[in-house]
Amino acid sequence: MSVVIRNARVLDPATGRDEVTSVVIGDGRIRSVGAPEAPAPDARLIEAGGLWLFPGLIDLATWLREPGLDHKATLATETRAAAASGITTLCHQPEPDVSIDSSAQVNLIHDIADSLGKANVRVVGNMTRRLRGQQLTNMGSLRRAGCVGVTNGWQPFADLYYMRRAMEYAATHDLTVFVYPLEHALAAEGVAHEGEVASRLGLPAIPAVAETVAVAQTLALLELTGARVHFCRLSAAGSVRLIRQARQEGLLVTADVAAHQLFLTEKDLMDFNSLCHVMPPLRSEADRQALLEGLQDNTIDAICSDHQPHEIDAKMAPLQQTAPGISALETLLPLSMRLVQDGVLDELTLLGKLTWQPAHIIRSEAGRIAVEAPADLVLYDPEVLWELSFQGMLSKGRNTPFAGWSFHGQVRQTFLSGLCVHPDERREPE
Amino acid sequence: MHSHFRPGPLPLAMQLTPEGRLKHLLTTEGLPASLIHEIMDRAEQFVTLPAKQQKKAPLLRGKTVMNLFFENSTRTRVTFETAAQRLGADVANLDIRTSSASKGESLLDTVRNLEAMNADIFVVRHEHAGTAQFIARYSAPHVSVLNAGDGRHAHPTQALLDMFTIRQRKGEFAPLRVAIVGDVMHSRVARSQIHALSILGTGEIRVIAPRTLVPTGLERMGVRVFHELDAGLKDVDVVIMLRLQRERMEGALLPSESEFFKLYGLKPENLERTRPDAIVMHPGPINRGVEIDTEVADGPRSVILTQVTNGIAVRMAVMAMVMGAQAGGVA
Repeated sequence: MSVVIRNARVLDPATGRDEVTSVVIGDGRIRSVGAPEAPAPDARLIEAGGLWLFPGLIDLATWLREPGLDHKATLATETRAAAASGITTLCHQPEPDVSIDSSAQVNLIHDIADSLGKANVRVVGNMTRRLRGQQLTNMGSLRRAGCVGVTNGWQPFADLYYMRRAMEYAATHDLTVFVYPLEHALAAEGVAHEGEVASRLGLPAIPAVAETVAVAQTLALLELTGARVHFCRLSAAGSVRLIRQARQEGLLVTADVAAHQLFLTEKDLMDFNSLCHVMPPLRSEADRQALLEGLQDNTIDAICSDHQPHEIDAKMAPLQQTAPGISALETLLPLSMRLVQDGVLDELTLLGKLTWQPAHIIRSEAGRIAVEAPADLVLYDPEVLWELSFQGMLSKGRNTPFAGWSFHGQVRQTFLSGLCVHPDERREPE
Repeated sequence: MHSHFRPGPLPLAMQLTPEGRLKHLLTTEGLPASLIHEIMDRAEQFVTLPAKQQKKAPLLRGKTVMNLFFENSTRTRVTFETAAQRLGADVANLDIRTSSASKGESLLDTVRNLEAMNADIFVVRHEHAGTAQFIARYSAPHVSVLNAGDGRHAHPTQALLDMFTIRQRKGEFAPLRVAIVGDVMHSRVARSQIHALSILGTGEIRVIAPRTLVPTGLERMGVRVFHELDAGLKDVDVVIMLRLQRERMEGALLPSESEFFKLYGLKPENLERTRPDAIVMHPGPINRGVEIDTEVADGPRSVILTQVTNGIAVRMAVMAMVMGAQAGGVA
């Protein structure tokens, strides 16, 4: 059966299309865009006047916790939250307790996600065994099992020798290396940006150079090893500058930023708010401005959620004892849309950083509204005003500093391979 | 539980009641100058009152003070204990020496349990910044929390007893130059002193230390930073020495105790740079021959033991104030 979505404002950032027209989907794919052909007689019609239709979001960084940390979140809870938030592809990040060392683990995650059917879950594999930074994983097998890249996450390599070899081996298998830039010796036990606020509060601090030094080292290793590198979670002005320069010199690197880094700064820690304890730490206003400029001139390709759901106890303690991270699936699109409302980016540029650009980084064919592309789509009502509340969250983790924030615009419907996954068609209406 | 799970008020807002009275003492940052003077005025009453007479008017009779010391400190605990006892309170000391790694009862559960034992005041010391505020936020409404040191963040009663000592000796703060010397980076005392001095309108606040011991952006807290001792001591009225922990040498923050003493230790010849009537302070315990020369520590300019005496009076004043006890009851 096909579905015809009529009179929506169709936004396809990959081609720059922005017009009110119709989109026909069938057999999980987009069949036509703006074509005047008569729909099949049994087609389901969705009248979408006043609504926006754009590709489902592709989130480069989500810590889905399963298998291994299921008390924090599961694929079931998080893919449901993703669907409700207009995110159709999630990249699953490994972490020390959720190690993705083998193709069996990749297959397991794929199988669970497929059976849930709420979102595409793509896997980023371990670069080293148990992320210990020495022995390589079977990257060839990981690649064949469908990993979209490899990473060592926030865990350090034993030394630069191991990083070099891991990058070379990843390059052998044409795997993108997701680099979390952090010089651990400089970060030490820090929990906050080294600046005025940490000095005032007496919090152990992480200087911005802990990141920029790592970016510089990685850029040097990239030239040596020929690896394809994606920089994760930029936070410092100096990193944006280095990557901009590298690109001008023709290096093929990409970068992302977490949505919360674009709205919060070190000042949000002034009340020891553990909900604002994140890695990398919230930095200065000047850093925040540099990140926004990096988005504007496309030094930063993608905005991701960096979704890290936690149980409440992980955050209910003095700041230094709490786990870093924000439950962020449900604020990725609302926060990003604020960049349009604040005049930082136009709609197509913004949506590009949530759709085709991250798709390009993980080499996915999704993220565009084109004939034969997967019908992963979001129908969005730009007029709804709503407020985020803890109670209203679908993620198992409710650790967000954005509760009480008002947002303009909301996901009306999400389609995954042509099926409506939010609101869920397979369920009885409540 | 989720209703609590949101950003809290700033510590400086939390410690006052809507009427502006002291509810908790978490930090000196943001305390109104009038309130600091009120604390010092009440301390003055306790200092001048003979100990016998204090016991006749036990302002905290029937109240329970619990000393929650997650980090070892006999001296500070004893001064709080003595202050509470002089006011007629029951005192319980809990040495809860847990490392953050050892998982047991959560901090919140500990607090809830002690609350159930009818605590009225928690005196909290903890290795992590923000702990006193965290406990204040999640304690029952009748409980007051006094911060006896949280990480590198704050040690407000120490700073207030220092202010009280300065006021006793010097009167007004506006004409004063005050120099804080040593490991400011790791010092909760220094942070609390800087806030208090600044609120009281101190003429000039200086910090003297090598770059490795000065936190980033300290100037924005309203201090002038010096890296040379004699330059920083020129014409000051008050010299506050900070304790140097031995482990600073391991972190490559300093080469050796001897070089530190040579360059930043307070010796008789350095005192010649200050105003002739300058006083020397130290929060204790002192390291003779590391940050201060014995001759200076025991010399006529030193008010270090006066600070100790004043410490009890200031802690009595703060306890009486958070429990709403009226000054009239004392006389």
